[in-house]
Amino acid sequence: MENFFFYFFAALTLIFAFLVIANPFSNNPVTSAMFLVLTIASLAGLFVLLHAYFLAAVQVLVYAGAVMVLFLFVIMLLDLKAEEERHIRAFGLGAGLISVGAIVSIFLISLLKAPLLSNPAPIVHGDTLALGKLLFNQYSLPFEIVSVLLLVAMIGVVLLSKKELK
Amino acid sequence: MTIGLNHYLVVSIMLFCVGLFGVIVRRNLLVIYMGLELMLNAANLALVAFSRFNDNLDGQVFVFFIITVAAAEVAVGLALIVALYRKRQTVHAEDLTTLRL
Amino acid sequence: MDQIFVNLKDWLVALFPAGRQQELVSALISVAALIGTFAGLFALTTVLERKGLGRIQNRYGPNRVGPYGILQPMADGLKALTKEDVVPRSADQVVHFLAPLVLVAPVFLALAVVPMGRNMAAVDFDAGILFFFAVGAATELSVFMAGWSSRNKYSLLGAMRAIAQMISYEVPLILSSLAVIMIAGSLSAVTIVEKQAGYSGLIPHWFVLTPWGFAGFILFMIAAAAESNRSPFDLPEGESEIIAGYYIEYSGFKFALFFLGEYIGLFAASGLAITLFLGGWNAPFPFLTWIPSYVWFFGKLLALIAVFIWVRGTLPRLRMDQLMNFAWKFMLPMALINLLTAGVWHFTPPGLARWIICALLVFGPYVALGRTLFESKKLAKRTYSYAE
Repeated sequence: MENFFFYFFAALTLIFAFLVIANPFSNNPVTSAMFLVLTIASLAGLFVLLHAYFLAAVQVLVYAGAVMVLFLFVIMLLDLKAEEERHIRAFGLGAGLISVGAIVSIFLISLLKAPLLSNPAPIVHGDTLALGKLLFNQYSLPFEIVSVLLLVAMIGVVLLSKKELK
Repeated sequence: MTIGLNHYLVVSIMLFCVGLFGVIVRRNLLVIYMGLELMLNAANLALVAFSRFNDNLDGQVFVFFIITVAAAEVAVGLALIVALYRKRQTVHAEDLTTLRL
Repeated sequence: MDQIFVNLKDWLVALFPAGRQQELVSALISVAALIGTFAGLFALTTVLERKGLGRIQNRYGPNRVGPYGILQPMADGLKALTKEDVVPRSADQVVHFLAPLVLVAPVFLALAVVPMGRNMAAVDFDAGILFFFAVGAATELSVFMAGWSSRNKYSLLGAMRAIAQMISYEVPLILSSLAVIMIAGSLSAVTIVEKQAGYSGLIPHWFVLTPWGFAGFILFMIAAAAESNRSPFDLPEGESEIIAGYYIEYSGFKFALFFLGEYIGLFAASGLAITLFLGGWNAPFPFLTWIPSYVWFFGKLLALIAVFIWVRGTLPRLRMDQLMNFAWKFMLPMALINLLTAGVWHFTPPGLARWIICALLVFGPYVALGRTLFESKKLAKRTYSYAE
């Protein structure tokens, strides 16, 4: 059962991810953004299989809720009418294939050298509670820094989106 | 055959490659951004898988931070794209050939 | 009597062979019960709302179909089913079709984590409240899909308004429930309800009966009304300005689905308000505990819906800038102050002093903020000029 769900969600994730970047149905970025939502949702399914319930919920909340709405808002704001067919250049395609091939080969070499870990670990109980304890004790300084980062990003965005920059 | 760490890592690397491919091949800045999100999520998946199979929650804490940073990054990046669009009326990387505004 | 539905489900599940099949059947029964109950409640609420609004506006409301117009939902449903389903030619067909489904599915999912009685939560896991907000975020997507795919400037404007409003009010919504989560020390809805069980004398231990809980409850209800596009925050669908907002191009059954999604979203938000602040399925007085728990839950739900109907009949619609100002200048600071107050409450010893300190902490900023915002508007006294 768990195997089935793993393959199901993994396949969904990869198919939707592919549709994000190369969409045969339409050339509009809105469709890409919607497929990105589906990718995130199926990835959250994989997180649930890994018993990371808290992260699955946060993933959906932040990505599907906040990030994607931001994307769609921007697309709506820009009003991209002139989204004409742009053929992909051979150079870009070649560069993409080479870099992907390089990364896959690095990964395969390291995977073949490493010892195989395939035994499922015992279930981590009290996942959210344990995560919170870790976050606010051992990682409290990074946590604060991240909150400052969010504040800085917010101020920066407000400044950037002012009509005229001084 | 039980699903192990390697299965998740393979999915993660495939997702990463799809994202990377999109970043390199596509020319629309918004789609490039979505490709970046895919790559970040591939890293998240790998970290959660490591955290589960090593019985150590540090990986999940790291993913939490990545999600936060990604949200900040998307906000700033999209604001930049909007500012750029106001100046140039385009979001295609090919059309942005000068370094000045 | 209290456990009759739980026992019924257990009996049904036991008819099937043990193992995977039982889990599947158990899940299916929960889902069917949820959908059936809340679809029925939706039908009841539509007619109650129309009758209540009618009474507020000094008219009768629907009274033709069945006794006292109680069968009106059936007539409405038949009409929606037989109506022609118009899709604009320039619309994005697939997205246009999917938008109502994307609205209805998550709101039912959100209901799954709300405990409706003792042992009557469809799922209970330790990030339940977070799950509720996560699937609630999907409604924004459906609003966008509906508005964007219709290729209509009014629907696009309505969608932009709706999304701006939902994002703005999501912040105080989550922050006000965060105070409860902080005090209860758990994200599981079932645990939060259990923390509110018990009585001191006649008074129940509900979170709404504390200074921070009361303020949080008010903030939560306002934000929930805005989240589900209820009046007075229904300007995404303001008829006088942008006709019907994002679902302007929908007709027939898809329109009915939007209607259903909005009401179920309201039920889900009210259910969460009950879970977080009003003690869930707990009875208000210790001598009333013999009444089954689900009766209390649905009683409270109907009471909250009555409040929403009352508000809808009473308050005029806000303007867009007023809406945004209210969210960011009043709701957000108050939610943050409320969070601080909850922390103070947790760390001061029980007694009268704690009550006074926390009440002052909530009430002082409320008065100060209200005064400042009101005076900054520079409102002049209204003058009347009469015809000679």
